[in-house]
Amino acid sequence: MTAFWILAPVMVLAALGILVVRKAVHAALLLAVVMISLAVLYAVLDAPFLFAVQIIVYTGAILMLFLFVMMIVGVDASDSVVETIRGQRPLAVLLGLGLAVILVASVGQITLGTVVGLDAANEGGNIEALANLLFSRYVFVFETTSALLITAAVGAMVLAHRERTGPRPTQASRAAQRVRDFAERGEHLGPLPAPGVYARHNAVDTPALLPDGTPAESSVSRTLAARGRIRSAPDLADDIEDVQRALGGLPGGSGSPGDTASGSGHNTENPSAAAGGPATDGDPGSEAPR
Amino acid sequence: MTDVTPYVVLSAILFSIGCVGVLTRRNAIVVFMCVELMLNACNLALVAFAKQHGNLDGQIAAFFVMVVAAAEVVVGLAIIMTIFRTRRSASVDDASLLKY
Amino acid sequence: MYSLSEAAHQVPVIDPSAADGTFSLLWLVIGLPLIGAAVLLLGGRATDRWGHWLGTLASVGSFVVSVLLFVELRGREEAERSVTQHLWDWIAVGDLEVGLDLLYDPLSALFLLLITGVGSLIHVYSIGYMEHDPRRRRFFAYLNLFVAAMLMLVLAENYVGLFLGWEGVGLASYLLIGFWQHKHSAAAAAKKAFVINRVGDIGMALAIALLFTTFGTTSFSAISEVSGAAEEDTLTAVGLLLLLAACGKSAQVPLQAWLLDAMEGPTPVSALIHAATMVTAGVYLVVRSNFIFELAPHAQTVVVVVATVTLLWGAVIGCAKDDIKKALAGSTMSQIGYMMLGAGLGVAGYAFAIFHLITHGFFKANMFLGAGSVMHGMNDDVDMRRYGALRHAMPVTFLTFAMGYLAIIGFPGFSGFWSKDKIIETALAENWVVGVLALLGAGITGFYMTRLMLLTFLTSKRWKDDVHPHESPAVMTVPLIVLAALSVLGGVLLLGDWIVEWLAPVVGEAPHHEPPLPIIVITLLTVAVVAVGVAAAWFLVGRREVPLTPPQDVSFATRAARADVYGDAINDVLVVRPGAATVRGITAGDRTLVDGLFTGGSSGVKAVGNVLRRLQNGFVRSYALSVLGGVLLVVLALLAVNLA
Repeated sequence: MTAFWILAPVMVLAALGILVVRKAVHAALLLAVVMISLAVLYAVLDAPFLFAVQIIVYTGAILMLFLFVMMIVGVDASDSVVETIRGQRPLAVLLGLGLAVILVASVGQITLGTVVGLDAANEGGNIEALANLLFSRYVFVFETTSALLITAAVGAMVLAHRERTGPRPTQASRAAQRVRDFAERGEHLGPLPAPGVYARHNAVDTPALLPDGTPAESSVSRTLAARGRIRSAPDLADDIEDVQRALGGLPGGSGSPGDTASGSGHNTENPSAAAGGPATDGDPGSEAPR
Repeated sequence: MTDVTPYVVLSAILFSIGCVGVLTRRNAIVVFMCVELMLNACNLALVAFAKQHGNLDGQIAAFFVMVVAAAEVVVGLAIIMTIFRTRRSASVDDASLLKY
Repeated sequence: MYSLSEAAHQVPVIDPSAADGTFSLLWLVIGLPLIGAAVLLLGGRATDRWGHWLGTLASVGSFVVSVLLFVELRGREEAERSVTQHLWDWIAVGDLEVGLDLLYDPLSALFLLLITGVGSLIHVYSIGYMEHDPRRRRFFAYLNLFVAAMLMLVLAENYVGLFLGWEGVGLASYLLIGFWQHKHSAAAAAKKAFVINRVGDIGMALAIALLFTTFGTTSFSAISEVSGAAEEDTLTAVGLLLLLAACGKSAQVPLQAWLLDAMEGPTPVSALIHAATMVTAGVYLVVRSNFIFELAPHAQTVVVVVATVTLLWGAVIGCAKDDIKKALAGSTMSQIGYMMLGAGLGVAGYAFAIFHLITHGFFKANMFLGAGSVMHGMNDDVDMRRYGALRHAMPVTFLTFAMGYLAIIGFPGFSGFWSKDKIIETALAENWVVGVLALLGAGITGFYMTRLMLLTFLTSKRWKDDVHPHESPAVMTVPLIVLAALSVLGGVLLLGDWIVEWLAPVVGEAPHHEPPLPIIVITLLTVAVVAVGVAAAWFLVGRREVPLTPPQDVSFATRAARADVYGDAINDVLVVRPGAATVRGITAGDRTLVDGLFTGGSSGVKAVGNVLRRLQNGFVRSYALSVLGGVLLVVLALLAVNLA
């Protein structure tokens, strides 16, 4: 029972978390916690086969499917907390609480007697015993589930299938279309510009700068733009100055200040090439603290 | 261990939480997850009673629940995908045209 | 109350033998015209070219069979002159067993000869009369149907079979009166005849039902055997109901109003209705039901009263009508009144009623067809005020019509003289008030028929110059000549009281009643009264100039007669207006109360639905919430049941 008393609060808390978290990914992770805990409880309850299946099928396959769909639908799509249907949330909570109270109360009132235990049933091994039942008494149900699975697979394929309405575009036709677009609407003919890569880090989230110093919006992914994760090159430059000031400040207190000033001045003069302040710390004359 | 009542109580609590989740969440995927939570709560009760009564039929039932849940998830997620593809939304409240 | 008949006589029992030999042809009498009608109606336009010949042939064939049967029947012993033919079992429901049986006895035999004989002549006449009508084939189909229905009526062995013919006659008359249904008046007249006939039919249906509950059968022979065992009240009720039926069919007061309007039909139809079929059905019914009326003296009294009122009523109408056909229709009503009077007088009068029916069939058919011939020559004008001096233009029509005229007024030697005189004689013998009124009717008959004759054939020419009266073709005049001959010679049936003896097996033999005056005196009196009527007509009509439009400053009696003695007005006040008011009231009640309940209820339901439909908000989570609520309720209920 030790495992139970440890896991039960965790499961309840995780389940409650599913109700309140805003992001679907978090909900999926919390569900994974519940499911793995359940698997452990199965093991405690003398069901090793279900323990394995719970982990492999549920946590492994089904939850992964959820995550895949979430990736397609949009990881960032989070619920707004405002309830649109009047009275839905309090009523739901009230009824849910009522259900829980009634169920718990009625379960608590009955005495189940001493546990018989599965030692006798699992004598020849749990999996063998299950297989015996599955392929004798429940063989018809088993066959029926196979039909169900086939149907589900076919159904999923039908639902996911999209009929092609026009001929498949070839490379030549795409190229011709791009040139035509350029001629008619002046759309950019070549490939999109690459993001700005600066010495400090791999900056796919930082747009490249155009010759006049403005950022090229098309050089970063639209998804990042939608998330508001784009960092501009000038911000990066400020960042660097902050770092340098911090670096300069420290040696200024203990080492030669002129050395630091010269390095700092150099960096300020060339902000566009000053990416990766620490990389320039390889200055033999200065001691950069890490 | 005298009996499996704590397991059954836990199952009931999880089931109720799943219910409330289905009723309050609007993201179809999360709603679906709550349904899975309810199914799992049932499974827990089945396995617990299997232990209580000393035969494996409960475990077999839980096994079948898992199979059916797998099939259901496949189809359900496909439907969610299709709806999302046409409506650009996974909210269950958006699909509310069938009304007065 | 007058004791119109002495204590109940021995009513003759109908005891027919099975049909064999020639009598097995009996069904053909009905079958031939019925087949003719079926072929003509179902054959459609394919039969247009020869349809009238087929119709006439069917009728003539039926007449030939009737003659054969009559000859065969005469050859039999008096006690065996009653034959029945069972065609098939018709209705078998519980205790009610009705076979389609035919009864051929002396009474039916005479009717068969009259219907098929006069009917055939009218068929022949119609060939010429309807020559230019595009729907002539249909007309002949209806004529055949009419004849077949009437034959069914007089040949049936039970009341249900009689009712079949009865309704068939009603249907055929409806079709024929409204034959020119493009005329609004014809359609209305047909409807009127149909509706009034339905009133009579209610009496018929109730009488049949009452007979069945009383005797457990509807067969004539069976009822005639046991009718003496029934209570007199029951028989009186049956008799009155049968009288109601007879009033409807025979246009007796108070159901007389349809007869005058029925003149909207083609003239051969009028002749057929008035002479050979339809209106005689009521007389036939009373005579055939003698085993009931003989035992219900109260009902007989009512018959006599109705008949007397009708014979005067019709005579008065006939005096004022300017429409030649309506004047004749009034005379028909009056003459049928005589027949009903005869029938109502009981055993003493049955035979004379039938005798007058036959002679009337001859001379009235003659005169109607003659009137049709006149109209044929006058561009279908029916107003006698625009006739005059037609004797030169149509000599044959004039001469034949004159035969009919002399017959109907009872000129000594002519058929009507014998038949009407006998009825008046019997009436005087039974009850002198009725007898005097009948005598008065004879005088009025002399007046209006002379007026008709004068206005049409004598006096001065009043038709316009663009009208060219001409004699009708031979196909029309030959039937006229035949009928004129019959009108003159019809009286031979009374030679040696032949018809009385012939009908005795059916209606019984009357004990001799001594009239209050010697017979020769009565006869002379009748002739004198008629002569007064004729003279009055001569002085009032023949000696004066006839105005083209009817004068308006006339006496009350004339105005009443022009308005059918206010028959329509009485109907209007008593039936039509209350009926219309009731219908309007019911309609209003239906609109406001019933419809209000329904529409109010439905709008209430709709309002509730308008509120409740808000529950269907389309949100799947709301539905799930209600499911959870339901689950909770079920769980609580289970717990409550378990704890209780």
